Amino acid sequence: MLNLKNNKLSLFGSTKNLEKNIDEFVNILSEVGLSFRSIVKRYLSHSTDENFEAMLEKVTEMESRADTITKQIEHALYEETLIPDSRSDVLRLLEHLDELIGMYQGNCYHFSIQKPDFPEEFHADLLSLTETVVDCVESLCLTVRAFFRDVRSVRDNAHKVTFHEKESDIKFSALARRIFNSNLELDQKMHLRYFVEKIDRISDQAEDIADELIIYSIKRSV
Amino acid sequence: MELTIILFLFGGLFLGWSLGANDAANVFGTAVGTRMINFRTAAIICSIFVILGSVVSGAGTTETIGKLGEINALPGAFACCIAAGFSVYLMTKAGLPVSTTQAIVGAIVGWNLFTGSQTDYSILSTILATWILCPILAGLIAISIFSLVKKIIMNSKIHILRLDAYTRLALLLAGAFGSYSLGASNIANVMGVFVNISPFTDIKVTSYFTFTSTEQLFLLGGLAIAVGVFTYSKKVMYTVGNDLLKISPLSAFVIVLSHSIVLFLFASEGLSSFLTSINLPSLPLVPVSSSQAIVGGVIGIGLLKGGKEVKWSVAGKISIGWVILPLITMLISMVILYILKNMFDLNVIF
Repeated sequence: MLNLKNNKLSLFGSTKNLEKNIDEFVNILSEVGLSFRSIVKRYLSHSTDENFEAMLEKVTEMESRADTITKQIEHALYEETLIPDSRSDVLRLLEHLDELIGMYQGNCYHFSIQKPDFPEEFHADLLSLTETVVDCVESLCLTVRAFFRDVRSVRDNAHKVTFHEKESDIKFSALARRIFNSNLELDQKMHLRYFVEKIDRISDQAEDIADELIIYSIKRSV
Repeated sequence: MELTIILFLFGGLFLGWSLGANDAANVFGTAVGTRMINFRTAAIICSIFVILGSVVSGAGTTETIGKLGEINALPGAFACCIAAGFSVYLMTKAGLPVSTTQAIVGAIVGWNLFTGSQTDYSILSTILATWILCPILAGLIAISIFSLVKKIIMNSKIHILRLDAYTRLALLLAGAFGSYSLGASNIANVMGVFVNISPFTDIKVTSYFTFTSTEQLFLLGGLAIAVGVFTYSKKVMYTVGNDLLKISPLSAFVIVLSHSIVLFLFASEGLSSFLTSINLPSLPLVPVSSSQAIVGGVIGIGLLKGGKEVKWSVAGKISIGWVILPLITMLISMVILYILKNMFDLNVIF
């Protein structure tokens, strides 16, 4: 809350820091996605080698940094009672984006722990699915940035998220079908389907967040 | 100063207090209610600028009020203030946003009728005309400012957090301007009836500056308003900000700014003489109602958004309140004058 003790400089200073934090948070989401793509690629070519583990470590660090930033933003928004009419929306948004980062990280760990055996014939499809999922989250990042700066373009960006999500669903179904039509043992089929489904769920979550953003942006429109 | 004079001045101070408690809530109510500015900050800024506006620019509207009824006895002025303060209290209890302006005008007309003094109908009709003009003007100004601000915000792609910071600062500045205008416009309601019978004498501070008896009266009235702000306006501010209508902080800024502009237009002697000097028609210097200006601004923005959010039944109820208040105050003032004259044997006119 604006207080007489706060001068103009400190008011805008704290605002600038918060803006930076939010930008950094969205950057992390985007970078985790790109790392996830590299991790899947690395796993398919070299399994869980040192490089893979190093990449996993980097994702963990980013996830932890995202948690710290979320807490900082949460405290600042409440302590300084900033954006009173959009505060709950922003906090919910960050929470859901944090879950998305968690989903990426969870998938990486599942690869590291369970070491699924993907036959080479499925590599291209899995990479393509991963690519679409990452593109979907990239579009979500743009939607999030639009929500904070240019509320009018939220809908356009959210539309791209929906487009990628549909693509992802199509690729997931096709790959799952191919897996179950193959000559693999049922347990392996189930295991692979679990991974494919987990990756596809990331885009589902991204679409849900994009839908929320459309509602928030309607509320925000002046 | 005699004790009776102090006692009678309390009538004006009571009215000042009720103005601080109710009308000041119009200025900062939306900002405090939406928690964009804390109450303490709002109260300090409001008090400082109300006092400044009263002392520096309060003379113009006071002259008009003085012309409406030249009350020349302290008991008469006391009766008018008590009647106005009491009727504002009654209407506030009924949940209708009214202003001391309407009340004091009703009270003065009541004094004129009771004492058989002539009411200047050209002044009265000017005041009544401003009551219609004020909300319309506030609405039109709100529409223009809102459209402009919306365009600027949409094109500048400003970050939500920075917009929040700018809005806070803008609310504070508009609030300070609004408080100044409220003091300049409405001090006439509180102290106008005492000007002709001021118990103070001019104080010569330096060879260039004299603290006139009128300015001393206005300072006292300004302080009474400030006390009203600190002691009672918090609750009203939260009511204005939360219960009365749901508006965004940005709309709140536009509404307060248009309210302040309207009050300033009808109170500024400088602006009035400037417009006259360049052969433009100037607005009459009349104490206008801050509640009317706020309601006008809200309806203006509501109409801009399609008019669906405007509760016309509530708007109608408020308008009826604006008509009823001066009439009720007129009757109450006549009853009080009757009591003072016949039961306490006081002269209500010389």
